[in-house]
Amino acid sequence: MDLLRFATAGSVDDGKSTLIGRLLYDSKSIFEDQLESVEAASKARGTEYTDLALLTDGLRAEREQGITIDVAYRYFATPRRKFIIADTPGHQQYTRNMVTGASTADLAIILVDARKGMTEQSRRHATIASLLRVPHLVLAVNKMDLVGWDEAVFNDIYEEFSQFASKLDVPDLTAIPLSALLGDNVVDRSVNMPWYDGASLMHHLEHVHIASDRNLQDVRFPVQYVIRPMRNDVHDYRGFAGQVASGILKVGDEVMALPSGMTSKIAAIDGPSGPLETAQPPQSVTVRLEDEIDVSRGDILCRVGNHPEPTQDVDATICWMDAEPLVVGKKYGILHTTRMARAMVKDIAYELDVNTLHRDPDATQLGLNSLGRIKLRVTSPLLVDDYADNRATGSFILIDESANRTVGAGVIRHS
Amino acid sequence: MTSQNTLSQLDALEAEAIHIVREVVAQMERPALLFSGGKDSIVLLHIALKAFAPARLPMPVVHIDTGHNFPEVLDYRDRIVEQYDLQLVVGSVQAAIDKGTVREEPNGSRNRIQTPVLLETIESNRFDACMGGARRDEEKARAKERVFSFRDEFGQWDPRNQRPELWSLYNGRVHQGESIRVFPLSNWTELDIWDYVASREIEVPSIYLAHERDVFHRGGMWMAANEFCQPREDEMIERRTVRYRTVGDATLTAAVLSDADTVDKIIAETAATRLTERGATRGDDRVSEAAMEDRKKEGYF
Repeated sequence: MDLLRFATAGSVDDGKSTLIGRLLYDSKSIFEDQLESVEAASKARGTEYTDLALLTDGLRAEREQGITIDVAYRYFATPRRKFIIADTPGHQQYTRNMVTGASTADLAIILVDARKGMTEQSRRHATIASLLRVPHLVLAVNKMDLVGWDEAVFNDIYEEFSQFASKLDVPDLTAIPLSALLGDNVVDRSVNMPWYDGASLMHHLEHVHIASDRNLQDVRFPVQYVIRPMRNDVHDYRGFAGQVASGILKVGDEVMALPSGMTSKIAAIDGPSGPLETAQPPQSVTVRLEDEIDVSRGDILCRVGNHPEPTQDVDATICWMDAEPLVVGKKYGILHTTRMARAMVKDIAYELDVNTLHRDPDATQLGLNSLGRIKLRVTSPLLVDDYADNRATGSFILIDESANRTVGAGVIRHS
Repeated sequence: MTSQNTLSQLDALEAEAIHIVREVVAQMERPALLFSGGKDSIVLLHIALKAFAPARLPMPVVHIDTGHNFPEVLDYRDRIVEQYDLQLVVGSVQAAIDKGTVREEPNGSRNRIQTPVLLETIESNRFDACMGGARRDEEKARAKERVFSFRDEFGQWDPRNQRPELWSLYNGRVHQGESIRVFPLSNWTELDIWDYVASREIEVPSIYLAHERDVFHRGGMWMAANEFCQPREDEMIERRTVRYRTVGDATLTAAVLSDADTVDKIIAETAATRLTERGATRGDDRVSEAAMEDRKKEGYF
């Protein structure tokens, strides 16, 4: 059984909570006491039907206002896969939450109400999924029961969405007509839409091929921590602990440590349950080298002929997540893989309108929930790859140095 | 590893948790691991030991001792501390009651007063990070908590003002007096915990396995009759075969009727159960719709 992480984007009106409720319910992941407590809470606030949104909207403020504020994580499993849902609110003021949910997702579901068709919101969701390079996208056209299960309605929405997606970078798009309320095409194929010959949503989630989404070509091993037991029985032990970001490490392989540029061979790989011959993403292992070379936290082990470029000038698309805007000239802490440094904003190239994809080159600052292209100058060289090639070495966060808040998330455009 | 060359879900969750534990030690000055002897903290301890092997665990383990313990759990704790040569820090609720810094609730519960004792232990040891075994699937307020969860100088959690958390980049920066609670098992479910216990052959305290015990029925739950908890007049003691799904304060943690006397049987039972573990066994979560959120804001685990 493997693991699929997916993000859902859409508002309560699109039936997102109903859809998630149904996926959880049909996979027997809603428990009786949860359902009873949701039923009691629905009744207490005078709702006529059981409001499944209350399953995911757990915070007091959310229940009081009837909205989803934050990313909620939900879990369910079928005999084939375990699933982690990052349930993100749909409104523009929560763009940062969808960016957060999408950052780790293998797949994103974008919900569209069949009666309304594509909206500004669906365009924004597609843009964010593309920017964060979510490998698989599902366009879920919901409430098909309310449009008489009409194939033409579905085709029009699919067509319009595909046209918009063609301007973006969407590697894999699947469109599914469904009714979350009635269950059509959620777990079982719909009998009401014989014209649709694709899979149900659950079937797609269970079978979508994610093994090849990982980058197994470019060896990148960011060192997190150096293990030196300093105990008599293992006093020579010196291991570099980390999580494989990409590529396959093999015992005997020649590796180069950056930024020093020194090379050695892998003497051993220690995994959580003993020695390993190879390690691949996302395994957490400890690598021992044949030679005593200088390696510490923040360094990256890679191959001699294939390594990230050390650079102090970083070009990135940033999602701003803080009430205090990003401005040119301001300095921030930057965390990239396991390396912490400081960065200064040199330039805002443009602000991106996530609804229209329009670029505004006159922007002088980026406010909460806005996206833009910026240039940074970093105090010490970062070992970066283009985000399109490598999510781990192509991403970073910015930290406000006085308040310690995480204020921005960046994807690197390097090339 | 499966045929498609992806990691199994357990291997992937383990890899993620090891990465988080290592980030804590690499980023923070004085980390600690909260250890109750419950199954989640046992799995967390095993993961932390693996993360730094063959070195010793580079942080102390902290037990907030309510004084209302199951003897099997205390015994287990002491054996584990000895076996792995751990440094144990105990924050004693009884000692705090004796000193007069906290007071028991009228019903004898010490659940809520664990919080000031925990915060006092963090403060006096100057811990800037405390790792715990809490999982997001346990409770709806936890479903929204970050892996690195910031606490202010009063130990409070502010759910509306959490640091965004993206990719596997964790921001552990704090000022003096502030701290981070870290939950490396955030993405695990109860079933994952038991699958892991089985596949890694981890020993758990015997009260998790089915055994005979004197119990009585209260508020829809089976409570053990012991020195901390006695039936009222209208409640009858019965001898039943039970096990515990969670381990907390002995006065308010209930048992479930079960014949599962091996980990494999527990897994089968967990996969089929229709009740959450906290809903079935924890009086402390039943106070109100947002009982957990309210306690967490004050600084609870």
